Amino acid sequence: MNLEFEIAGGDFTKAGYASSQVKKMLKQLGVEAHCIKNIVIALYEAEVNVVAHAYEGQILVHIESDKITTKIIDKGPGIPDIEQAMQEGYSTASKKVREMGFGAGMGLPNIKKNTDKLQIQSKVDEGTTVEMVNYF
Amino acid sequence: MAPARTYHALTIDEDKCIGCTHCMKACPTEAIRVINGLAEIWSARCVDCGHCMRACPEKAIYVEQDDLQNAKAFKYRVVLFPAVMIGQFPEKYTEDQIYAALLKIGFTHVFEVEQPIGVLKSSIRQYCRTTENIKPHISTFCPAIVRLIQIKYPSLIDNMIQRKAPHDLGAHFAINELKKQGANEDEIGLFYVTPCNAKITSVKSPVGEKESIVDGIINMNTLYNRVMQAIDDKEVPDTSSQRQNLTRDGILWSLTRGESVHFGERSMAIDGIHNVIRFLERLENEEVPDIDFLELRACDQSCAGGIMMTGNRFLTVERLESRAKRYPPAWKLQQSDPVKNSKEIKQKLVADKIVPRPAFSLDKDRVRALEKMNKAQRIICFLPGIDCGACGAPNCQALAEDMVNGRAKMSDCIFLQQMWEDEGRISTDKAFRNVEKKWGEKRFQADCNKRGKRNEGF
Ligand code: SF4
Ligand code: SF4
Repeated sequence: MNLEFEIAGGDFTKAGYASSQVKKMLKQLGVEAHCIKNIVIALYEAEVNVVAHAYEGQILVHIESDKITTKIIDKGPGIPDIEQAMQEGYSTASKKVREMGFGAGMGLPNIKKNTDKLQIQSKVDEGTTVEMVNYF
Repeated sequence: MAPARTYHALTIDEDKCIGCTHCMKACPTEAIRVINGLAEIWSARCVDCGHCMRACPEKAIYVEQDDLQNAKAFKYRVVLFPAVMIGQFPEKYTEDQIYAALLKIGFTHVFEVEQPIGVLKSSIRQYCRTTENIKPHISTFCPAIVRLIQIKYPSLIDNMIQRKAPHDLGAHFAINELKKQGANEDEIGLFYVTPCNAKITSVKSPVGEKESIVDGIINMNTLYNRVMQAIDDKEVPDTSSQRQNLTRDGILWSLTRGESVHFGERSMAIDGIHNVIRFLERLENEEVPDIDFLELRACDQSCAGGIMMTGNRFLTVERLESRAKRYPPAWKLQQSDPVKNSKEIKQKLVADKIVPRPAFSLDKDRVRALEKMNKAQRIICFLPGIDCGACGAPNCQALAEDMVNGRAKMSDCIFLQQMWEDEGRISTDKAFRNVEKKWGEKRFQADCNKRGKRNEGF
């Protein structure tokens, strides 16, 4: 099962759509509640990251009977120091974004906490690709 | 373990149902299908919210209730009702007159269930204190919400407060009081008056409780009619002593914010099942700030908007709010005997753990579920996407899911049929028969009184 979502940078009103769709499907597959929760939290966080930082992005979801693989590809400023970004409390979100309640620096560490495998590739001024795998 | 959830109070009258699809479209859990021209409720999915009943223009969906005559078998005939009932009577009738009418109907004792509410309140407080790590605490007051979380949001099960509802409090309290007056427990008949079908189901097959405590259930609208026939505005005896354990907090308990004002530093109250669903989706995604306590109710304006309430919900709220002002707050009764001697009742208010009953998976086996999902996704490509309901399913997605589970056929979609006819894959005659089978011959007969037209439901 493959799903594809587009994300528009800066449009917070639509953040959360992909995670809700994915959640509905995982429930239909009978995936255990706790597991769904982790995936959905990670995916939502990733969605918000793209909205907050990038110009545009794309989510590719691939569901198999034992795992879900999610790729989030964005065009944006990229992450200069991934290790630093993985630390809790670190955030480059603009003031405007923080005022909306997003970008408290929970992003990447929170994603990591909720996935089984996480891979991040990033090029400054080009964009970031996050790939995460969760086993059911 | 909680008993299996088999009982639902709603029944569809096959003679009245015209298969107009209003209920199917109103159901928040997609639990209704129209089959052979008649609505059918899929019990594993139904949460007893009553929305289908509200939407039915033919009043074909009804609620079973117990016969008031059953009360005759008991020496002590107790009517237990939520305080919200008082709110629907016209302003000109006093509380005493309403109580007098209930006695006239044949009850011997009248109890409003929210007393002494301080006992339930401190029991819930206690529960919240011992489970600090699971936030937000979600109220289990509204049975429709409990069921919704069981079938749709199993990840939130642990957040539910394991405490019973005011009707249990009121029942135990009434039994204790009557015993004090010398009654034997088997001489007492408790009759609970319900504002909704959800409470009926929870009383008859309680979620997270072992057995029901009441002997019968009466629908509030039925009792309302009986009271209105019996009531008069003459001078009646003063019954205020029967309400001495009733408080402001108790009267407001079943209204929106009735619970949430008492618990947690940050609490929220949400009413209306569609609002609740939207919020729970967010809560599951952890898209909400840290909340301590969540009060969730299936009806707009909570129980004042219950499906079996007679009055206008906003007027009911107004009357209750002004009534509440005349009563002391619960803390003033904290030192009263019933509250101080409530250890035993408190024990009884502890409910068993609630178990999840997920009702949305496509197959028990995950590999097969995935196959079905893939198949449904392909089917969707061919459906028109206008969610017309003419197939008997609430929307195209639901039809596709029904198809992969063998509950519907491709030919149920009238658009697909039309296409097949155009492509010469099916004869016009066969296509017509198919629709006739689905909706009955009568659908095609001219009938100027055909019901279920627009506005019929208003
Ligand atoms: S009571 Fe509510 S959940 Fe049950 S069938 Fe009716 S609308 Fe659906
Ligand atoms: S809000 Fe009250 S009346 Fe409505 S379903 Fe829940 S308990 Fe029943």
